[in-house]
Amino acid sequence: MRDVIILGGGVTGCSIARELSRYRLDILVIEKNSDVCEGTSKANSGIVHAGYDAHPGTLKAKLNVLGNEKMEALAGELDFPFRRNGSLVLCFEESGRETLQRLYDQGIANGVKGLEILEGDTVRALEPEVSEDVVAALHAPTGGIVCPFLLTIAMAENAAVNGVEFQLNTEVTDIRETEGAYEVLTDKGSERAKVVINAAGVHADVFHNRVAGREELKIIPRKGEYLLMDKNVGTLVSHTLFQLPTKLGKGVLVTPTVHGNLLAGPTAVEIPDGENTATTAEGLSDVQKRAALSVKALPTRQVITSFTGVRAHEQKGDFVIGAMEGHPGFFDAAGIESPGLTCAPAIGELLAGQVAEYLKAEKKPDFEPRRKGIPNMALVSYEERQKLIADNPLYGNVICRCELVTEGEIVDAIHRPVGATTLDGVKRRTRAGMGRCQSGFCSPKVVEILARELGVDPAQIRKNNPGSEFLTGYIKDGI
Amino acid sequence: MTKDLVIIGGGPAGLAAAVAARKAGVQDLLILERDNRLGGILNQCIHNGFGLHTFKEELTGPEYAERFIRQAAELQIPYKLSTMVVDLRAEGPDRVVTAMSRKDGIYEIRAKSVVLAMGCRERSRGALNIPGYRPAGIYTAGTAQRYVNIEGRMPGRSVVILGSGDIGLIMARRMTLEGAKVQCVAELQPYSGGLKRNIAQCLNDFDIPLLLSHTVVDIKGKERVESVTIAEVDEHLKPIPGTETEYPCDTLLLSCGLLPENELSGKLGVPLSPITGGPLVNESFETGVSGVFACGNVLHVHDLVDYVSEEASAAGEQAAKYLTELSETSQNAGQDASAEKALRLRGQNGVRYTVPATIRPDHMADTQVIRFRVGANFRDATIRVSAGDQVLLSRKKNVLAPGEMEQLVLKKADLEQLPAGSEIVFEIAQ
Repeated sequence: MRDVIILGGGVTGCSIARELSRYRLDILVIEKNSDVCEGTSKANSGIVHAGYDAHPGTLKAKLNVLGNEKMEALAGELDFPFRRNGSLVLCFEESGRETLQRLYDQGIANGVKGLEILEGDTVRALEPEVSEDVVAALHAPTGGIVCPFLLTIAMAENAAVNGVEFQLNTEVTDIRETEGAYEVLTDKGSERAKVVINAAGVHADVFHNRVAGREELKIIPRKGEYLLMDKNVGTLVSHTLFQLPTKLGKGVLVTPTVHGNLLAGPTAVEIPDGENTATTAEGLSDVQKRAALSVKALPTRQVITSFTGVRAHEQKGDFVIGAMEGHPGFFDAAGIESPGLTCAPAIGELLAGQVAEYLKAEKKPDFEPRRKGIPNMALVSYEERQKLIADNPLYGNVICRCELVTEGEIVDAIHRPVGATTLDGVKRRTRAGMGRCQSGFCSPKVVEILARELGVDPAQIRKNNPGSEFLTGYIKDGI
Repeated sequence: MTKDLVIIGGGPAGLAAAVAARKAGVQDLLILERDNRLGGILNQCIHNGFGLHTFKEELTGPEYAERFIRQAAELQIPYKLSTMVVDLRAEGPDRVVTAMSRKDGIYEIRAKSVVLAMGCRERSRGALNIPGYRPAGIYTAGTAQRYVNIEGRMPGRSVVILGSGDIGLIMARRMTLEGAKVQCVAELQPYSGGLKRNIAQCLNDFDIPLLLSHTVVDIKGKERVESVTIAEVDEHLKPIPGTETEYPCDTLLLSCGLLPENELSGKLGVPLSPITGGPLVNESFETGVSGVFACGNVLHVHDLVDYVSEEASAAGEQAAKYLTELSETSQNAGQDASAEKALRLRGQNGVRYTVPATIRPDHMADTQVIRFRVGANFRDATIRVSAGDQVLLSRKKNVLAPGEMEQLVLKKADLEQLPAGSEIVFEIAQ
């Protein structure tokens, strides 16, 4: 019997896994998809929120400020891209000042540092492309941007190095509580553990309610659509630009990404199906229209891709974190929607502490807190490039020309702990295929490298989950 | 490393430029090619129809490339394969090329002149803003062409094609011949972006319907494409509700336009045309950065490789001339003070752009070919070229289409008499 099973390999599950790997415990993460970071964690704004949005006293408020504070040190320890670029909440009408002040007060109550309300001209002096219609803005210098993929993957890799086992492509079908332990049934068999941690994102209510024996949680999936623009317009703004909530609902943001693209979105639409990640014509045009309010000119001709994320909104509005009453050993990390990415490091620490206490676990003296990322040839200096190629000539072979990703980086991504097995896996770890041609040129080469390194036929290489194979066979097969 | 001339790209443009430059006396030159063989995208274009103008015979893409590769070999033109140029910058008179390869590592080449011949890329699904899921099974036509013709693999079995660009039309036939079912080609515009001969030979001959004024409005399938929904569009190119038809299929190919790849040119500060996405060049195919020339699809997207070769040969010759002048005067030749006196060419009323964008009559040969594209279909139209009130040229055309590049020849004698800095307007007069 294992000590802990974590349901879900998203940013929350991976953070909990990494924090728990500090202890002498036998831990398994079960993930339905073919990689970690495949659900809500992969499709969001990539924002490290300052922490003024949530009502004081809520878990969201508390963990946001804490998560924000932890992010910088964690980025250093686990070597993932993070930048404190600051954020601005733009107010377009005099009548909005009251709400702006309310956000400010809320932020102060939550312990957000450095908040200030700026007048329109000051905002434009700080951020020249901001719309002339802006009358004032809330400036939060602690706001930041992070790579949601590499944050999640870095935590997963580090957890794996510290002994956590990851079982991917495995769907949990049922959970049974038996004699102070839990049996987790999957499509691949079953596993028993003393503790089950529910970090199942949009499906967290299903597992919670199954164990509770009644409907206690209800996750309402909320879809958000985004537009990603080319790096050549990535410096249009340097801050993350939010909008004041208006009668049209929560406004969309315009932000640089930590990799240098420009991102606009999301919409917010409640949907019945938590797996519905399709974009819609209405949604994308809505993002364009609303994002255009924030800046003088939104470079929509520079859009290189669009995507949809689904947020796991719990109907009561706050995160559900901790032990479930009456069911010892079952812990939730449910309803993790925005600012969940920001909170992930804090959620991991909080829940790992509770679980360790429950299991009376001891800390491992040999815990390895550091993880080194894949060298990024696009970013390193000429001399570093020289050195990398000298050590391993594969770093001289450029595979993705848009993002300057080399064969060396891709091979590294495949052979790491919890390594890439799919095109999307390679893409999220190295950015191969994430540029302006959107993998047109590099995908055949990445397929070839994946097949070679994994020792399989190229026809078995998938975009992500089973069924997403890239190739359907040989030519003339159908004749 | 120093070089007189570095040619970035070993496709048809780079090869022709290199051959012409060598013939014009450039000894110290080097071609840098990112692929593992010369020939560029021609290597995957195994259909015939290449070379009718240049060689007066019908060749396949690889055969056409081979003619130039052989010439380059005979002229002992050096080249480096599997080599990516990752940076291009100006340092005084030097053009510094940073290149990288598995074999040679990373290194810099200080070049006196550079020919840009990097080609183009295909517009992707994201740039087209097509809504729906993002499953496997959505490929640009060129990527699918590579899978089929280079790797011998099928990217799908049941295919819908969006966009009637030439590669899309070619792939409609190719996929059919390899055993796939191509259901239709949908084209947003009321006209095709491809050559007439390709519509006849690749669609009509195989009973593949071409749906003009249609676009993809939805893609279904979480892991792999399961269906594509196509709707008719109105005159503003907006889908008309109620006209949707869902096509069950496993593959969507995109052939929705090509974009010159000028990221390197941008790093060097080469001014680009907002219309073509390619560098603005003068009659010598020299860009706004002296000693830097451009040709082929990196300059503007061509339909026929023959014209690429012709244009690239001229660019190579001009690079050679630039180097000769440079050694004679031991100072910067090229776009000197005469640039300001250059005649400026502009398209209007249906003519989208011209290549070149400027002409210095004192630098031009006796005649100059001007290439351009129109923005819509025209019948029985006249192309008029004028400078102020003076009509320089007027040509009747039965048919003009956006998918077919047009050309006219201007005479030095006509241009010499124009005041310096005059504007020459190309337009359609019906």
